[in-house]
Formats: sequence, C-alpha cells, structure tokens
Amino acid sequence: MQALYAQLLVGLINGSFYALLSLGLAVIFGMLNIINFAHGAVYMMGAFVAYFLLNLGGINYWWALLLAPIIVGIFGMILERTMLQWLTGLDHLYGLLLTFGIALIVQGVFQNYFGSSGLPYAIPDQLKGGMNLGFMFLPVYRGWVVVFSLVVCLATWFLIEKTQLGAYLRAATENPTLVRAFGINVPRMITLTYGLGVGLAALAGVLSAPINQVRPLMGADLIIVVFAVVVIGGMGSIMGSIITGFALGVIEGLTKYFYPEASNTVVFVLMVLVLLVKPTGLTGRAA
Amino acid sequence: MKQRFSALLLGVALGFVASGASAQDKTVKIGVLTDNSGLYSDLGGAGSTLAAQMAIEDSGLAAKGWKIDLISADHQNKPDIATTIARQWIDVEKVDIFMDVLNSGVALAVNNVVKEKNSILIDTGAATSDLTNAQCSPNTVHWVYDTYMLANSTGQALVKAGGDTWYFLTADYAFGAALERDTTAVVQKAGGKVLGSVKHPLNSSDFSSFLLQAQASKAKIVGLANAGGDTTNSIKQAAEFGIVAGGQKLAGLLLFITDVHSLGLNVAQGLNFTETFYWDLNDGTRAFAKRFSERMKNKAMPSMVQAGVYSGLIHYFKALEAMGGNPHDGAKAVEKMKSMPTDDPLFGQGSIRVDGRKIHPAYLFEVKKPSESKGPWDYYKLVGTVPADQAFRPLSESACPLVKK
Amino acid sequence: MTTLTDDTLSVTPRAMRDELIAFAVMALLLASVPFTGVYPFFVMQALCFALLACAFNLLVGYGGLLSFGHAMFLGTAGYCSAHALKVWALPPELGILVGIAAAFVLSIITGFISIRRQGIYFSMITLALSQLLYFIYLQAPFTHGEDGIQGIPQGRMFGIFDLSKPTVLYYVVLVGFLAGFLLIFRIINSPFGEVLKAIRENEPRAISLGYRTDQYKFLAFVLSGTLAGFAGALKVFVAQNASLTDVHWSMSGEVVLMTLVGGLGTIFGPVVGAFVIIAMQQYLAGFGQWVTVIQGSIFVVCVLTFRRGVIGEIAHYFRRSL
Repeated sequence: MQALYAQLLVGLINGSFYALLSLGLAVIFGMLNIINFAHGAVYMMGAFVAYFLLNLGGINYWWALLLAPIIVGIFGMILERTMLQWLTGLDHLYGLLLTFGIALIVQGVFQNYFGSSGLPYAIPDQLKGGMNLGFMFLPVYRGWVVVFSLVVCLATWFLIEKTQLGAYLRAATENPTLVRAFGINVPRMITLTYGLGVGLAALAGVLSAPINQVRPLMGADLIIVVFAVVVIGGMGSIMGSIITGFALGVIEGLTKYFYPEASNTVVFVLMVLVLLVKPTGLTGRAA
Repeated sequence: MKQRFSALLLGVALGFVASGASAQDKTVKIGVLTDNSGLYSDLGGAGSTLAAQMAIEDSGLAAKGWKIDLISADHQNKPDIATTIARQWIDVEKVDIFMDVLNSGVALAVNNVVKEKNSILIDTGAATSDLTNAQCSPNTVHWVYDTYMLANSTGQALVKAGGDTWYFLTADYAFGAALERDTTAVVQKAGGKVLGSVKHPLNSSDFSSFLLQAQASKAKIVGLANAGGDTTNSIKQAAEFGIVAGGQKLAGLLLFITDVHSLGLNVAQGLNFTETFYWDLNDGTRAFAKRFSERMKNKAMPSMVQAGVYSGLIHYFKALEAMGGNPHDGAKAVEKMKSMPTDDPLFGQGSIRVDGRKIHPAYLFEVKKPSESKGPWDYYKLVGTVPADQAFRPLSESACPLVKK
Repeated sequence: MTTLTDDTLSVTPRAMRDELIAFAVMALLLASVPFTGVYPFFVMQALCFALLACAFNLLVGYGGLLSFGHAMFLGTAGYCSAHALKVWALPPELGILVGIAAAFVLSIITGFISIRRQGIYFSMITLALSQLLYFIYLQAPFTHGEDGIQGIPQGRMFGIFDLSKPTVLYYVVLVGFLAGFLLIFRIINSPFGEVLKAIRENEPRAISLGYRTDQYKFLAFVLSGTLAGFAGALKVFVAQNASLTDVHWSMSGEVVLMTLVGGLGTIFGPVVGAFVIIAMQQYLAGFGQWVTVIQGSIFVVCVLTFRRGVIGEIAHYFRRSL
C-alpha cells in the first residue's frame, strides 16, 4: 500500500510535464488551428537555454525559469512571423508539416553541435535533498515540479478564461474579422499566443533539465505521447487538457507499478479505447 | 567466329594480368561505416575515422609502396541503409575492409553482406555477442567487447569485491534480457544472489518508479541492464533518489566513457562498469590518447570503440604485410589475422579466436569522486582486471559453426 | 480553406494519354537500369519506397487524409514476410502474400479506430498507433528487438527466378512496383477514385449527395495500407533484413517528405520524390550530421514555397496531368 502512494506521487510528477506540454498545444491550437509538431523541439530548447544560461552566463536556475521561456518564446514568435503566418487559409495539414520540418532542423542542429549523449544540469542547491514522507523518499525537487507546474497551469487557465485579454483571445478564435473590427490587432495576438504556447513548453524543458539529461532528442519521443494525451482529452478546453495531463501521468505511474512492461504503451492503448467509446475525446468538441 | 576467338584470347590474357597483379597488389581501401549523426556518434563517428587515419599513418605502409584509401559513411543506425552502402562499397568502391560498424542491428546486417561477398568486417562497436556465436562468420572479427564479456566481468569482479546481492533494472527487449540473463548466471556462479528485477520500457524518460523498487529491494548492487540514454537517465535519477548515498552501488552493464563525460562526475561517481580500454591505463594508451585528442574537434579522449578501430587496423596491416600483398580475399586475410598474435599499445597482447572473437583483458572501473579527478577526462579508478582467457565466452559454450568440437 | 492540391484536371482523354505516355517512359527507363551501370540495389530500394509513397499518396492526395503512421504497414508487412521466409521457410511468393495479408488486417483495425476523427486528429492518431506498434515490436520476441530479423533467404520466385542474382531480383522488384503502381493508377481513375476526390474537395457536399463518406475513406485507408504492406514485403528481399527502423516514426515522416517533394496528389510525384530522397540519403551519407537538418529544410521550403512539388509544378506549367 505504501508503495502505491509512492507510485501515485511519482505519476503526478510525470503528469506535470504532460499537462504543461498539452496545455501549450491546446493554447496554440485554439488560436492558430495548428498542431505544433515543433513542441518537442522547443521543450528541448528550453532545457538547453537553461544549460547555456548557467554555464556561459552564470545565471542560476531561478532566473532560467523566467528567462528561458521568454527567450524561446521570442524564437517562437519569430517563427510565427516569418513562416507560420503564411499558412493562414491553407489546409491545417500544412501547419503540421511545416512544424515537423522545423522540429527536424532544430533537433539536427543541436545534435550537430552538442552530440547525442547530452549535457549535465545540476539540481539547484535550494532544492537538493529529499524528505521522508513515511511511505517514500521524495526528492524535494520533484515535489517542487508538481507544485510549480500546477500553479503555472492554473495561472494560464485564469489568464485565458477569466481576464480581459483572455476574452479577446477567445473572441478572436471564434470570429477574427469581428474582433478586428473592434480595433484589436489580431495578427499580433496570434503571434503572442504562439509565443505563450512555446514558452510553456520551454518552461517544461527547464523544469525537466535537472531530472533528465539535456539531450537534443529529449522531446522527440515525448511529443508523440503528448499527442495521444491531447487526442484523449480533446483540445477544446484548457482545463480539460490540464486535467487529462495529470490524470494520464498518474495512470502511467500505476502501470509502472502493476505491469511495468506496458507503461510505455498504456497511454496509446487508452487513446484507442477512448476513441472507440467517444470519438471526439473526453472534453473535446468535434473537429 | 574469329572475333569471338580473339575476345576469348583477350579475356584469358586479362585474367593472367589480373591474377599476376594480385600477388603483389599493394592497394587497400578501408571503409569506416559508423553513426555520424545519431545516438552513438560520440562513441564512434568522426573519432573512428580519425583513428583509422592515424592507424594508416602509423603503419608506415605508404613508405613501403602501399596505397591505402579511406572512406567513411553514416549508416544512420538503419540496417537497410547500411546494407545498401555495404554492397555498394564492395561492388563499386572496391572496399576491402569494414571498420567500426556500431549498433548491433546494423552490425549483424553488414556481417551477412560481408560474408556473402567475401569481404572483411572488424566490428569494434556492436555489443551483440551473436557476431561470434550463432551468427559467426569466417569474414568477421569482433574486436573490443560484447554483452557476454561485459556481464561476465562486471558480475565476477563485483561479487568478488563483496557485492553479493543484486537487483536488476532491465530494458524490456532482447538486449536487456540477454544482459540480465548472462549477469545472473555469473553472479550465481560466483556465489551471489539475485533478489529480483524490474523491466522498464525502452527510451523511458522517467525511472523513479523503477528506482523506488530497486531501493526497496535493499540489494547491494543495482545492475543496469540497459543502454544509451536509458542508462544515463537512470544513473542521474538514482543520484536524485539517493540510491548511491544510501549505500547501494550502481553497476552499468553497458556504459562508455562518453556517457560518464556527459553525466559529469557529480552524478556518475561511484559507478562500476567494465571497459577494455581506458586512455589513462598505461604509457602506450596515454601517448595515443594525447595525439588523438589533439586532432579531435572537441578535444575528446578516444573511446574504446575508436581505440578498437586503430588497434584492429594495425593488426590487419601486419597481416597484409606478412602476406606480401592484398589478396582481395576476405576469408583468407582473416585466416591470416587469426594465425598471428595481436600486439599493440592500446589493447596489449592478445589473439583472435577461431570464432572471430578478439580476446584481451577486461578492466572493471569505478568512477572517481569529483575531488579525486585531476582534470577533464580523468574519470576512472581501476578496481579489478579479468584476464583475457576468462573474460569472454568460452569456446566450449559457443554455438558458432566454425568451432570444431 | 483551400484543399491540399489545387486545380486537379478532370480525367479527359488527353490527360489519360499524357499519363500513359509518362508511364511508358518511366517503365522503359526503369527497365533499362541494369544496362546503364547505375547501382541496381540503390534503384531497388528507391522502388520500394516509391511504391510506399504512391500508396501513401492515394490516401493523402486523393482522400485528403494525412497519415503520420504509414511506417506501421511497411514494418508490419516486412516483419511478417521476413518471419514467414526465414522461420516457416515459405517460398518468396507466399512470403510476400503473408506480408500483404498482415498489412491488410492491420489497416482494417487501425482504419476502424482512426477514421473516426478528421484532419489533424487523424494525423495524431495514426502517429500514436504506429508508436504503439513500435513498442510492441520492440518487445515481441519474433522481431528480435534491436537486432532485427537478419539473413533472410531470398529463394526462388515461383520456383524459377533465382532472387539471389541482382538482375533477376531487380526485375522482380520492378514488376512488383509497376503492378502496384498500375493498381493505384486504376483506383484513382475509377468511379471510386472520383468519389474520393469529391470528398476531399468538399465533404459536406459529398454527404448531401448521398455518399457515405466514412466508408469511402475507410476503404481508401485499407487499400493504401495494404499496398504499403506490399512495398514492405518487397523491401525484405532487397535489404535481406527487417528491422525497427521501418516502424519508427521517422520513417513515417520520410514517406510524407517524399510525397511532398514529388507533389501531393500527382500520380508520378511520389515516385520522383522517393528517388530524390533516397538518393539524398545515399549521397549525403558522407556528410552524416546534416541529413536531418537538410530534410527539415526541404519540408519547410516545400510547405512555404513549393507546395505543388516537383511533378506538380511541371504539370502545372505545361497544364498537363501527371
């Protein structure tokens, strides 16, 4: 029973990454109608930027948590300005293909310069060590990841669902022409939204840097799992993607305990089941 | 009719010229087939090509009238691309010998092509022990290491050092299962006990669940029967969960110096594993490593795979010289190589067995604490040595058809 | 919203004539390869991928469904054929049939699951399904994990053709490719193909005309998957091994790239695209590190400025259908 609690908690940690990444995907999809295949690549960039900040600029983890998403977010906005915006009006699939190509380029370039085996990033001193919870030894850093990503997810939800800016965003998704008629600069909002989604992925990258090796391909496989999460949850609602992210992390954690051989496939199997029962996903609108 | 006759004559004449030439044919073409861009590019890659270049220069054959060419290509870790390149190299480029060829799937595929076309493969990078076991070939020499040897030496040496209870973290596919099986056999034979194991899926990013189970087992040694990113991630997360600090030891069953380099000593300290080459082993290895790293783009020290390329080629050149020319006959050249003892500054004295297994001593290393390390790449302490004749799979257990019983 | 391909010319006798001439030229060119000194194994490999890309194109170019998991059919058929040839020691023709049958069954199952969602969701679902299969094959004992199935006997086709001879193998692969190609050609120009195009152009209108569009799309998916399986089975004879690379998502990406470069929704585009990409892989093998970057750049350039692809641009320029 104790082991079970431990696995639940561990699952929640993975769920944080799923939630942050699928949230970013949902935000981008809502506004741009694009599935951002480069999401795994920007997640990786977040981790790398944190590494550079520390090793070249001597800038610590806490600043990286703020700066890396901004830097990568700006990179994302440049991408949106120079490439993605030209796809407006074309079939959605071109957005998928374009971002796939961008992902290949980014990953290839990083692989070229930094090899494949990865770079080390140490856990910040303040979060080192662990606490004994009675049923498990919880590294402080892992606890921090869960709490922090939960806060970020809720803040994003609040920003989009409860603020004036969020209202504009949602309105622009529904009817861009009308919103433009109110004198709101819709293209700029789109750019900012893409930057926000990409920044969330980069933030997840910074969070994961001390846990995983900082590797050029760290996001490549993860993104496929996140796609499955997104299919299960549906991208219609912000809260939906947060909840499914955490929930699937926990389910995966439980699988690791009861039947570890299937823990890689369980998310995909769940996706199949959900599709058979409810083709639109758990919270999604029909696409 | 007359025309056909003269064509026949010409053919016969050409045949004579060709066969006459082969006796003192002193041209050789070497192909380094490696991973230049993927997961193993630090291990082999450009460094392997450099090692081959250095072997050519050091052999001094150019001064004796030999003409040696070197080409290299990226097999992208895809067996089908590798076989196409291999065929083309043999048929069109007239490559005599394949070096490096890391990645087990690729190695086995190239092994088949090389056998079919009577070329030569000196594999220094692949882990699979099948290359000299069930799928052995008269054209293939497996130079540096294999899974059996790693399991065998790490298991033996650690049990001897007091690590008599084991728990395995095993990648859930054939390779991981083989490592676990071989190590378990060795550990039990040496008087140790295996307390359990947990299988994890390949390319996991999170090992915390599995590490918690390993921790709960209270085994003295946690054996990592996985490879590449899985191994480095599990080591990194083991440090986080305080496994090593809690008194358990980590034993990597397939780990390279490039992995330690990328992990950093803070995380990797205390780790035990086996390699057959370390740059700081003796004067010979140090001299080579110094010259090597000066010519590497990132000043890296040679890995054992790259050292194997050098050592394997040096031996091949010796065999060619002894034959007085290149016979362009793979099986014949390998036969000659097997008949000569090997000796080079990197791997010391050794030999090639009838099944194609190159044998030499294996070393168990422990990764130094950051305070013990004097500088970059100063990573290992030698913990134990397994003699050449005990490190590898004995011929009596071999399933290789070349071994006469 | 515009569709994936622009101005498809309707099937006029002239278009039909152009396409047949182009087909004859292509067949002649390919048949003469062994006499030109071009390395046959390279062409054989390219032919297998060309067939795969054509099958993929049937789905995306004519059905408007972008599958990001077509490697699963290639790999599944490859593994099953390889297993049949090596372990069951079946003759080549039966080995190919086993592979095709496996891909057929798989495409029915995956089609049933994935066809329920449209557009981007369809792409993500096929990608996830192929990743699921990748993990299954990684762990399944019969695939031998990372080592793959190696040293597959080539044998004698129909007991006559000795496939270990490169020239014989070449013509067998070529005949297989041409047969698959003609079948796809026939499907595209059939009434079924016309309905498919109508669905791609405007699905609600097709529904209101009384077509059960889901059934048409499902059938297109199964046809495409099965033909991709045929390519996978042929490839086993060329490479003499079956390995995980054929089921990996990067392979699915490569197929998309081939079709995109050649021209989505053109008949000959995927063939040209496959040859371009395979040639690039072979000749850039020396460059190693930059292959993925170059592939990514091609994606970006194609999507931004070159959406018709090589053949699509040519066809558009001459106002011909190719």
